[in-house]
Amino acid sequence: MHHPSRGADDTRPSSKPRKAISDNIFERSSLGGGVSRRVRRAGTATSTLRNQEKSRIADILRKCSQADVEDRLHVTFIDKDGDKHTFEVANGDNLLDIAQANDIEMEGACGGSCACSTCHVIVESDEMYDKIPEASDDENDMLDLAFGLTETSRLGCQVHMAPELDGLVVKLPSMTRNMQASDFEKR
Amino acid sequence: MFESLPVPYGLVRFGVAPDHPDVKKSAETLEDVGKWPGFDFAGNIQIGDGPGQLPLTSIAPHYDAMLFAYGASRDKQLGIPGENLKGVISARAFVGWYNGLPEYAHLNPDLQAGDTAVIIGQGNVALDVARFLLSPINRLKNTDVSEHALETVSKSRIRDVKVIGRRGPLQAPYTIKELRELLNLPAVGFAPPPESWDELIQAERKKLPRQLRRIAEVLERGSKTPMDQADKAWQLGYLRSPAEFLSSNGENLKAVGFEQTEYISDIASTISGDPQQDLNNVRAMKVKGTGKKTMLRANLAFISVGYQSEPLPGFDKLGIPFDENFGIIPNDMYGRVMAPGRGPAGALTAGHIPGMYCSGWVKRGPTGVIASTMDDAFSTGDIIVKDWESGVKFSEGEEAGRKKEGFEAVRREMQRRGIRSVSWPDWMKIDTEERRRGKEKGKEREKFRTIEEMMQLVDS
Repeated sequence: MHHPSRGADDTRPSSKPRKAISDNIFERSSLGGGVSRRVRRAGTATSTLRNQEKSRIADILRKCSQADVEDRLHVTFIDKDGDKHTFEVANGDNLLDIAQANDIEMEGACGGSCACSTCHVIVESDEMYDKIPEASDDENDMLDLAFGLTETSRLGCQVHMAPELDGLVVKLPSMTRNMQASDFEKR
Repeated sequence: MFESLPVPYGLVRFGVAPDHPDVKKSAETLEDVGKWPGFDFAGNIQIGDGPGQLPLTSIAPHYDAMLFAYGASRDKQLGIPGENLKGVISARAFVGWYNGLPEYAHLNPDLQAGDTAVIIGQGNVALDVARFLLSPINRLKNTDVSEHALETVSKSRIRDVKVIGRRGPLQAPYTIKELRELLNLPAVGFAPPPESWDELIQAERKKLPRQLRRIAEVLERGSKTPMDQADKAWQLGYLRSPAEFLSSNGENLKAVGFEQTEYISDIASTISGDPQQDLNNVRAMKVKGTGKKTMLRANLAFISVGYQSEPLPGFDKLGIPFDENFGIIPNDMYGRVMAPGRGPAGALTAGHIPGMYCSGWVKRGPTGVIASTMDDAFSTGDIIVKDWESGVKFSEGEEAGRKKEGFEAVRREMQRRGIRSVSWPDWMKIDTEERRRGKEKGKEREKFRTIEEMMQLVDS
């Protein structure tokens, strides 16, 4: 279904240049792991930014200004409408963090701790898929619960950008909201 | 948010196993919500028309919308003889007992009656119960498991747990992560079912869709602990439908009688090569009785065959229907409550009751892990916002056009009825005290056992 438009109290600036992920990164674990991104979008994010996050961001900004432009990697997300969004990201950034920092509609219900399947992405190219380090049992167990699982499916929170993944293209599955008609079939 | 217990969180607090603390992390979001100025929590509220209860009609007129997300509070019944014998326990009650749900504080299960426990059902709740009975004690010690339960299970005589299902290994509702966890428990052995895996799976493993192939792999690999080195062990049994709980004195359970079942058709024949189709078809495979009887000796049996929702008192006054067959509030799958006769094309069409929404198990039926129920909650939330923004009709309230008073009006109603509701700051008092008590014992928290104790603290 078409995602409803955001309300008037949305705090995003209307045309945000696509900055490097490093400017927006935060450690989910320092937030306690389970805080859904949605709460942040309501405008409480900046007011609850804790000291750990602040110093980590300061660290990253420092490294960012020291890094060469050539070290920037690229990843493209194809959203549910088929539109492509490409971002410059840093080595080590995971796809869930990248998506959420850039307002790509990806849910991370468990806060990126590999305990759900809401950050399910489909890797477009088989070749790229093979370059990503193999999924652990934990990740595969969660993928098994994802809707629309494919041969090249991965959990976004477990895929970390690396030089060999420069140019990675991933697709968001067309239905992450699992509304199966079988829920209502006669038993 | 109106809640029947003095404390929020429902199954996240009382259903999720104590040794799965990472699953409870989703609770942290509500902590932030609890501090929002537009949010009111009212715990210790019983919905109804009786003394000390709050009728739905005292709440509904004061809000633009109401959302029903009260889940499933009853067990599905087996309806077989002997269900009332001593030693036959509802898995839901047992989980509530070790998780500190006040309703089951005095369950007093006898874990010393014998060395064998039978669990009927093969969902994740059944595996939770098995894991609780088989876990080495030091695995449970520092969790938020209730102290009385920890004490009882440390004296347990149970060494052998059998988890029995009516259908086969690929139809059982357990999920692979929980199976793997049980098979990796230290010093716990696993005995495969008496029938061979080939007989039960009936399909070439590599032709199975990925999810089922991986489950078959995990089951066939079994436990790392060989039986001769195991302190305790468990076994999965399939194609057995519970028929009767047996006793020699009419009081205490002595054995569980089953009728064997068989698949109605050959599993291999349902495999077409389309992974999603195959997954659905293999999982949906039905069974029928064969008339053959088997028996398992045990003094303890847990029933874990699913839950049921019920309608809230007062639904009829608000025109809200309830489907007893599926155990859900009829809805359009997005969360809008639907009632017959309200549709645009007249009396024979269903339509949305303005302002009424539902979410979670009472909307979709009582199955699904937290992540899918959470997803469903977001779905319903989105729909309410979408309806509001597109000018869809909401509740009229007491008088069309008059501004609704929300919680202020409900507070007056509660006062009139002498209801002592628990506020969010009250809950924080309980939360702080539980963590403090837990810290003394090296646990994350020690939950209050009874509602009386909770209210005593809140009123002090």
